[in-house]
Amino acid sequence: MRPFDYVEMRVPAKSQYVGVARLTISGLASRIGFSFDDIEDLKIASSEAVTNAVQHAYTEGEEGEVVIGCALYNDKIEIMVADHGQSFDFEETKAKVGPYHDQEEGAFLREGGLGLYLIETLMDEVKVHHQEGVTVFMTKYVGGEQVEEDVETISS
Amino acid sequence: MNIQVNLEEIDNNLTGFIRGEIDAHTAPVLREKLEAFQNQDGLKAVLDLSDVDYMDSTGLGVFVAFYKSVNAKGGHVKLKGLSSRLKRLFDITGLGEIMDIESAGKGGN
Repeated sequence: MRPFDYVEMRVPAKSQYVGVARLTISGLASRIGFSFDDIEDLKIASSEAVTNAVQHAYTEGEEGEVVIGCALYNDKIEIMVADHGQSFDFEETKAKVGPYHDQEEGAFLREGGLGLYLIETLMDEVKVHHQEGVTVFMTKYVGGEQVEEDVETISS
Repeated sequence: MNIQVNLEEIDNNLTGFIRGEIDAHTAPVLREKLEAFQNQDGLKAVLDLSDVDYMDSTGLGVFVAFYKSVNAKGGHVKLKGLSSRLKRLFDITGLGEIMDIESAGKGGN
């Protein structure tokens, strides 16, 4: 059994769906037990990622779709946002995304204005993957960043 | 997910009240309304954001653009009534130090 629940949304690359994605992620995050402030951070970070994806699809002149995948663990949420319509294998894409490099992503940051900067500030881990479009992969831990990731919880 | 923007100008004093959520979908509405005033010489603008429930970088972009245009024409922009969430957004982006911002519940001029 997978150690997480997986929820995937596929929305038209239109700005009116940014809020829908934001509210859905807010609902998912509250189920895991994130604090009010953390949920607000997640709402902004996910909006920024979806907004970037929508704008990217728009400049490409495509009537595309944005795919938003959320993996819900006991202690964290992983959110993947892709601006190319194909549904992804979450684990496979996760393995492919590399660390975020300031210089490489300079253009992306400028395009998105302050967006990527906010994503980096509000989330605990951020990775960006360029291949068949742009995929943003971001993680937030309940109660802040964990020092050790492999600690077992006492209760099950 | 809507936005309501009420702007009223008397003798180059612009008073604004913004309500709702400012994101990629609603920011163009706000931008368009503010653009109608941003090129007036010496405009004094006070925008009340106390009923803004949500804002992200698209909203910041609109306020920065308005601030720049008004400043270039010798005017002034003040944002007031910001929730702690909104204030934080301006602070972490460094805009809080540049722009004239007043949080909700804070006194002052």
